[in-house]
Amino acid sequence: MIEIRNITKSYGEKTVVEDVSIALPTGKITAFIGSNGAGKSTILSLVSRLIAANEGEVCIDGVSLAQWNTRELAKHLAILGQSTHFNLRITVEDLVRFGRFPHSQGKLDEADQEIIDEALSYTGLHDLKGRFIDELSGGQQQMAYIAMAIAQNTKYILLDEPLNNLDMRRSAQIMSLLRRLVHEKGKTVIVVIHDINFVSFYADFIVALKDGKLRHSGPVSEIIKPDVLKDIYDMDIVVEDYNGKPLCVYYE
Amino acid sequence: MPRNTKIFAVLSLAYVALLLAYVFVGLSWESWGFSFPRRIKIVSAIILVGTAIALSSVVFQTITTNHILTPSIMGLDSLYLFLQTIVVFALGSGHLVMISDVPGFLMTLLLMVGASTLLFLLMFRRDDQNIYFLVLVGFVFGTVFSGLADFMQVIIDPNEYSVLEGRMFATFNRINLDLLWIAAPIIVALLIMTVRDFRALDVLSLGRTHAINLGVNYRGLVLRSLISIAVMTSVATVLVGPITFLGILVVSLARALFKTYRHHILAFGAILVAVTVLLLGMLLTERILMFRTPLSVIINFVGGLYFLYLLLKAKNA
Repeated sequence: MIEIRNITKSYGEKTVVEDVSIALPTGKITAFIGSNGAGKSTILSLVSRLIAANEGEVCIDGVSLAQWNTRELAKHLAILGQSTHFNLRITVEDLVRFGRFPHSQGKLDEADQEIIDEALSYTGLHDLKGRFIDELSGGQQQMAYIAMAIAQNTKYILLDEPLNNLDMRRSAQIMSLLRRLVHEKGKTVIVVIHDINFVSFYADFIVALKDGKLRHSGPVSEIIKPDVLKDIYDMDIVVEDYNGKPLCVYYE
Repeated sequence: MPRNTKIFAVLSLAYVALLLAYVFVGLSWESWGFSFPRRIKIVSAIILVGTAIALSSVVFQTITTNHILTPSIMGLDSLYLFLQTIVVFALGSGHLVMISDVPGFLMTLLLMVGASTLLFLLMFRRDDQNIYFLVLVGFVFGTVFSGLADFMQVIIDPNEYSVLEGRMFATFNRINLDLLWIAAPIIVALLIMTVRDFRALDVLSLGRTHAINLGVNYRGLVLRSLISIAVMTSVATVLVGPITFLGILVVSLARALFKTYRHHILAFGAILVAVTVLLLGMLLTERILMFRTPLSVIINFVGGLYFLYLLLKAKNA
């Protein structure tokens, strides 16, 4: 379980995350929502030790982040940041191989290769494995990074805005892939998403932030409601029922 | 045979051929006693300096995830020129030989490594480290040192200046044998240390986020690499003069030849390229241009042209 306890992060005078405490459910998709600058990405970076908190602590499986050996933690938690770009000419398979680094320290054996092949098939990239990353479309690139996270074989997978700049079809593919990871492989997925309809259809649990503070949290049915959404986004959102799922209409 | 193995083989052959050519061509029985030890000394220096420059540049480009930087941007060359100038300014050119002595060498080395390590530790201790900020601070310090050196150079005696000017260009011709015996173990030790980090550096090529995600101790690895880069660059500079610009040339050539991010291939490839290029340059200056042009002028000329080519290529890509 990931527990966030009284965490605060500030840059100089500006506080971006203020006294947030929450326990994230295991074996579910948890979505962080909120306006730009609400602190969603910052919390993901804090949980995944990319940045350090000013106050408070994050506990993963009951052990505080500071106590975790960073190499050991890489076997339990994977993070896909927002800007995954790098100027390296590297094939899809080579990228996915990097996912095995925490386990093998770069010396891959047959078992590692099996896991890599499986990650490639799982994400539908097997036919593209020899292609260079920079030759792929944005959606295929995102899939390749997710394949790397799958090869890393961690219990927790954190993704910061994985649907950025992707078309609807690709976004839906990625979300159903994440759902399969939770249902078939028992992973815990934590994701930052802007489109609340993807949240209401694919997520199980929602954490809503506003101005760096935790505003609401709970299962989808409790959060995707006009009054709660109004409080989070300061806009009127109509919630319709579509085959038992809440569908948000926010176009004016 | 895999492609990269073939390139390695060809490069190694070229390297051995150039090495033999440099040592034995034009050697007669009469000149043996003088020329042979001198040439062996120069070849050893070339191997040491080439290794230091190539290795430090590869690692520097990895930790900055930027393929057109060399450690020279951190201003170590400028610090070296500043130290040389201040010796002439304060004590006179007669004391310049001092810097090529063992104690002088160690002093200069200690000052350069100390200054850069201090900078790294001060700049890189905060939690949200930014490598570019660190590089920029180094760049600013480099400008300060070179400004101070320029200032002292204009007010010293012109005769003194002409002695000093000879120091501003890299050359392999005044190497002190004793210094090589000190430099060699340092470079070998750093090489072994860096080779052990190669796999982690492969991961670091993906950038900070991916590296931390994959369990690399980012801060430790970057700090360790920066300090070993500072030592290697300083050793090379103190041995032969400002030559770090060579780094961009050899690493880019190695990247173009080997087309890989794997440090086990790229770093050793770059070392081979560096030593080959230096040997070629030495043959050119000594045997064809008859010492009329210093080696560093040729390297900077060729390196500069190649750098422009890289920029144009990057612009069009």
